[in-house]
Amino acid sequence: MTQRSWVSPGLTLLTYLVAFAMFFPILWMIMTSFKTEADAFAFPPQVIFEPTLDNWNIALFDSNFLDHLINTLLITLGSTLVALGLGIPAAYALAYYQTKRSDLTLMWLISTRMLPPVGVIVPLFIIFRDLGLRDSHTGMIIIYSAMNLPLVVWMMRSFFLDVPYEILEASRIDGTSLLQEFRFIVIPLVLPGLFATGLLCMIFAWNEFFFAFSLTVTKAAPVSVYISSFKTAEGLFWAKMSAGATAAVFPVVIAGWVAQRQLVQGLTMGAVK
Amino acid sequence: MVARAAATDSDMLFAIRRWLPLPAILFMVVVTQVPLVVTLGFSLERWNLLRPQRRRFQGLDNYPDVLSDPNFFTIILNTLIITISVVVATLVLGILLALLLNRDFAGKGIVRTMLITPFLIMPTVSAVLWKNVLFNPAFGLLAALAAMFGFSRPDMLQDYPMFSVVIVTVWQWTPFMMLILLAGLQSLDHDQIEAAQIDGGGPVVLFRYIVLPHLQRYIELAVLMETLFILSIFGVIFVLTSGGPGIQTTNLSYGIYQEAFQRWDIGEASAMGVFAIILANIVVLFFVRVLRRGQAEGVTA
Repeated sequence: MTQRSWVSPGLTLLTYLVAFAMFFPILWMIMTSFKTEADAFAFPPQVIFEPTLDNWNIALFDSNFLDHLINTLLITLGSTLVALGLGIPAAYALAYYQTKRSDLTLMWLISTRMLPPVGVIVPLFIIFRDLGLRDSHTGMIIIYSAMNLPLVVWMMRSFFLDVPYEILEASRIDGTSLLQEFRFIVIPLVLPGLFATGLLCMIFAWNEFFFAFSLTVTKAAPVSVYISSFKTAEGLFWAKMSAGATAAVFPVVIAGWVAQRQLVQGLTMGAVK
Repeated sequence: MVARAAATDSDMLFAIRRWLPLPAILFMVVVTQVPLVVTLGFSLERWNLLRPQRRRFQGLDNYPDVLSDPNFFTIILNTLIITISVVVATLVLGILLALLLNRDFAGKGIVRTMLITPFLIMPTVSAVLWKNVLFNPAFGLLAALAAMFGFSRPDMLQDYPMFSVVIVTVWQWTPFMMLILLAGLQSLDHDQIEAAQIDGGGPVVLFRYIVLPHLQRYIELAVLMETLFILSIFGVIFVLTSGGPGIQTTNLSYGIYQEAFQRWDIGEASAMGVFAIILANIVVLFFVRVLRRGQAEGVTA
């Protein structure tokens, strides 16, 4: 029994330490973004310093950052809307009007998500080149919609299935039309799930790099591609780089924190709730 | 009147069954399945974009070319080394973290949030951050720490490139394992644990005979999904090492990228792409089987 008294606080302390260690690189990035360039790579590393907003000013407004941020926003929002628009009707039908082929369709959808991007990149590049979709927002919206559609169908289907059948039955006896039923009964009940699904789509589209890097040049290049150009910063502009990087991840980290509960469900295509 | 209403209703039902999923399916066929078939087609051609006039059909010749290239063997080996070491390391760390988080303590929400953040950050930011701020041999934090304790400053990306790629990827993907396994732990039946404790089971016995068997499905699911993602990582490798030094950290994704967009060899890149698809399919077949089994036993879903 005496052993118990220190084991529990010890484990809690260990948890704090591990969490701090995992978070530390991010914390360091945020701190660096508020340092002067001299402080940023000073030796030994500066823990206490006089914060400045100069890097944020330069990184955000005195660079191409905002152009790429606008690209990311357009592509992320556009692809999320397309994926939801195509995926919700499909999920609805697959949840409530199952046919012999429903299971097959669902499995096939999962299999497209499991396809390695390098298995399709060469034809996509050639097709995009020939259709003039290379380096265009439309092209990237098409790709990310396809990337997120299986996720939308699987997640929304599981939320539709969670709607108690009695509610649907009662409304049908009352003579509600299918469209009314969808609009006024089903959608309000699955709204939190819809919101989480949308957030997950945005996280995946926002962070994607491989397709963006292969299929865009400058005009439609999102932030993830812009950031990769910092790969040889060599200490010259770490503070500005950190400011840009912090800004690039900020919206999506917030979205992830908000959708924490649904993150697991989305990552496993609804297999784990 | 009644009969007609019923008829329209069943027409409507038929229409829903038939047409509602169709736009999504058509869209997915065009964007994912068509390129897949075209990859197969391209893999049978001799086609370099730098010499487009020499494009011609040549049958299966690209395949022996790819297989006889000693670099291809290294690339496959690198892909497997990265995938297996990342999956094993994140699994062990993920279980430990999930166990630590599955207790009641102050600030649990904040700790959980801090722990999942590396997974939310875009891979290029993670890689740029580690490469510059942590790994840089002259000014990086790791070098500073080493110097503080009197060691020579390590040049991680030059001397331990594979280890560096694995470390950064493990940092990113540990939260993924942790989250899924935590969900598994939280679905554990508390009565069962209490019963085992009353029977005098210590923590090790409890973990081995109750927790681990319960987690098995979750572990299988998480391992298989992560395997698929890690098989085709690209961003971290591109930013950290560009596949180097030499081809020491080139995986299949990066190798195909170079073949297609640096050497512009469409035919050979497509043949390599077919190998990537085969590799993923082996994992997918396994994945579908596990998922089906999980559904049948009603553990997941």
